[in-house]
Amino acid sequence: MLKHLDEYRDKRLAENLVRSIESTLTRPWTIMEICGGQTHSIMRYNLQELLPNEISLIHGPGCPVCVTPIELIDQAVELGRQTDVILVSFGDMLRVPGSKEDLLSVKAQGGEVKMVYAPLDALEIAEKNPEKEVVFFGVGFETTAPAVALAVKQAQIRGLENFSVLVSHVLVPPAIKALLEDKQNRIDGFLAAGHVCTIMGTAEYISLAESYQIPIVVTGFEPVDILLGIQKCIILLEQNHPGVENAYPRSVKPEGNPAAKKILKEVFTPVDRRWRGIGTIPQSGLKLTAAYQKFDASARFRLQHTTAEEPELCLAGEILTGRKKPPDCPAFGNQCKPDNPLGAPMVSSEGACAAYYRYQKTDRS
Amino acid sequence: MNPDPKQGLQCPIPKSDYKNVLLAHGGGGKLTKQLIDQMFYPCFENVFLRQGHDGSILPPIEGKLAMTTDSFVVDPIFFPGGDIGELAVNGTVNDLTCCGAEALYISLAFILEEGFPLDDLWKIVQSIALSANRAGIKIVTGDTKVVEKGKGDKIYINTTGIGRILPGLDIAPQHCREGDAVIINGTIGDHGIAIMTEREGLTFESTIKSDTLALNTMMLEVFRKKPGIHVVRDPTRGGVASALNEICLSSDTGIRLVEEKLPINDGVRGACEVMGLDPLYVANEGKVLVILPENEADEVLSIMRAFDAGSQSRIIGSVNGKHPGILHMQTTIGSTRIVDMISGEQLPRIC
Repeated sequence: MLKHLDEYRDKRLAENLVRSIESTLTRPWTIMEICGGQTHSIMRYNLQELLPNEISLIHGPGCPVCVTPIELIDQAVELGRQTDVILVSFGDMLRVPGSKEDLLSVKAQGGEVKMVYAPLDALEIAEKNPEKEVVFFGVGFETTAPAVALAVKQAQIRGLENFSVLVSHVLVPPAIKALLEDKQNRIDGFLAAGHVCTIMGTAEYISLAESYQIPIVVTGFEPVDILLGIQKCIILLEQNHPGVENAYPRSVKPEGNPAAKKILKEVFTPVDRRWRGIGTIPQSGLKLTAAYQKFDASARFRLQHTTAEEPELCLAGEILTGRKKPPDCPAFGNQCKPDNPLGAPMVSSEGACAAYYRYQKTDRS
Repeated sequence: MNPDPKQGLQCPIPKSDYKNVLLAHGGGGKLTKQLIDQMFYPCFENVFLRQGHDGSILPPIEGKLAMTTDSFVVDPIFFPGGDIGELAVNGTVNDLTCCGAEALYISLAFILEEGFPLDDLWKIVQSIALSANRAGIKIVTGDTKVVEKGKGDKIYINTTGIGRILPGLDIAPQHCREGDAVIINGTIGDHGIAIMTEREGLTFESTIKSDTLALNTMMLEVFRKKPGIHVVRDPTRGGVASALNEICLSSDTGIRLVEEKLPINDGVRGACEVMGLDPLYVANEGKVLVILPENEADEVLSIMRAFDAGSQSRIIGSVNGKHPGILHMQTTIGSTRIVDMISGEQLPRIC
C-alpha cells in the first residue's frame, strides 16, 4: 500500500504535471475542489505554491462535519446527556460546537460518548450494553453512508432493539447544483470527490456537466492525483469542452460500486436537508426508508426540531461555498482557532479554515 | 535481590493470601507492609530504600541538580514493546537526560485501583526494577495508595527523578541557533501507534512495538565527547512536531524539516494512513532530538550510531533565522508548509 502511495507523492511526477499545466494555460481559471479531504491535501502539500498564479483554487462544501446543521449537533448533545444512552460517532464529530457545547464537553460531564472508526463497531457496543440505548450519529457523504446502511441492516437482522441512528448524511450532486444555481458563483470547473464517485459512479456528474456546461473532473486525494485533476480540468476549460473526465480511474468505475449503491437505496431515501452555513438544499440529505424507520433516533427519542443561532462573526457559509477564503474572515486566527472554533470549518481536519490555520503562512500574531 | 527475569515471574506474595489489591494494601497496615517487604524491597534493593525513614536521606552531590516529575496513566498498561512500569522509568530517565543530567535517583508512587491483580502488579514491579537497573538509576523512595474500584483505572504511577548536570554542559531550548542541524535517533511515532492499535484492536501485517527506551547511556557519551550541544529534547506526547514547535518559540528561530528525511516505519506509516493521523504528532518514548552546530553533526551522528538506541540516527532538518517561531517542512513534492502545534488531544492516555 505504501509504495503505491509514494507514487502519488512523487516530486518528479508533480513537477511534470505543473509544467504541463503551465504550458496549457492561456488565462486565469477558478477551480473548486468539492471534497474536504482534497482541501486538506492541497494545504498539506501547499499545492498553490507550485501552481501558476492564474489558477485559483477555491474550497467547496465537502466537509461532512462542517455542514452538519447545528440543530442536529444540539440533538446529539441532548442524547449524549441522557443517562440511558451511549452516543457513538466518528472522532471529528465530537469536537464540533453545537449552539451551547460540543460532545466532548458532554463526555467530560459524565455523558457516555464514544468514538469509533466504523459504524459496525456501534453495533458491538449495543450488543455489549443491552441495558443502554446506543445511538450512532451518522455523518458523511455517499462514502460513509453505505457503511451506516450496512450497520442498520445488520441491526435489523440481529434483532437489536437498542440501536438507532441520528442520520445526518448528505449528498454531493445536489450541493454542486445549488452552488451553480447561485448566480454569484465564480467557479469555472470542479474537481469531484473521488471516493464519493467510487461508490456512486459518474452518471450524476455527466448530467450536471451537461446541464450547466461546466467541466467536472473526478479526482483523487494525493498531491499527484490532485495535480492530475487540475491538469485535466484546465485542458477541458482551455478547449471549451465541458464534460466529465475521470482522473482517478484506479478507484472509480463509471458504474460505481453496485453493492454499496443497492444497500444505500434499500436503507436510505433522499430528503431536503439543511446544510450548516449554507441553508436548505432540496433532496440533498438522506433519511431512513419506511422499512428501517424504527432505527431512526430522532423519532425514537422524540427529538425537538429546534432552530439555533450561529455565532454572528462566523463566515462559514461563504467559506463553504467558496465565496470567501478563510483568511478573509476577520475572526480567522484570532477569535476563531482550532482550540476555540466559532464554526465547524475550523474544527474538522477536512474543514477549510482548520487546514489553512494548520498549514498556511498567515500572519497570526 | 536484583530481579532476574528468568526466575522472577512468580509473585512473591502467597496466592492463598489475596489475588487482588485490597483497599487495605494502601492502608498503612499489615498488607501495606507485606507489599513493601515482599515485593518492593527485594526488587528495588538499595541502601537508601532500606533506611526505613519517612523519606530517603541522600549523600551530597557536587554540581547542579536536575529534577523532574511525571505521571503515567497509559491505557493499556501492557502493550507491544513494554508496559507502564518500564515507561515510567525510561520516561523519567529521559527527561533528566534531556536536561544534560546523569540520572541518579527516582521516586515511585503507585495509585492502584481496588481489585487490581497482584500478579499484574508483580509484573510491573519487576519491569520497573529491570529498567531501573539497566538505566543505572536507584529507586530511593515510594508510596502506595489504593482507591475504590471504579475510582481509578487499574494502576497509575507517579515518579520524580533527580540527576546531576554534567560539568560544562549548558543545554536549553533557548540555545537553538541559526545554522544548527536537527538530529533524531530513529523512527518516529512507534509508541503512539503501538498503543493506539492495541487499544483499538487494529491488526497490521507486523506488530508495531513501542520504542520505550532509556537514552541516558548514549546521550551521556555524546555529552562527554561533545559538550557544545545546544538543545536536547525527547519528543513524547505531541510528537516531533510539538517538541520542535516549542523549541522554535523558546529560541525565536525557525526550523525547517525535510519530509523525505523523516524516518518512519512502514507499519506506522500504514497505520497513520488508515487512522488519519500525522506521524509528526504521534508520541515517542525512546527518541531524542539533538540540535547542535552543523559542523559538529557528523561526529555526534557517529557517536550515536554506535549505540543500538541510535543506530538509525540522522539529520532531519536545520535551523534558520528567516521565520522565527515557526516550524516549516519541505514536503515530498518540493513545496513548503507550516507544521503547526497540535490543537486538542490527538490520542489520549498515551503515556
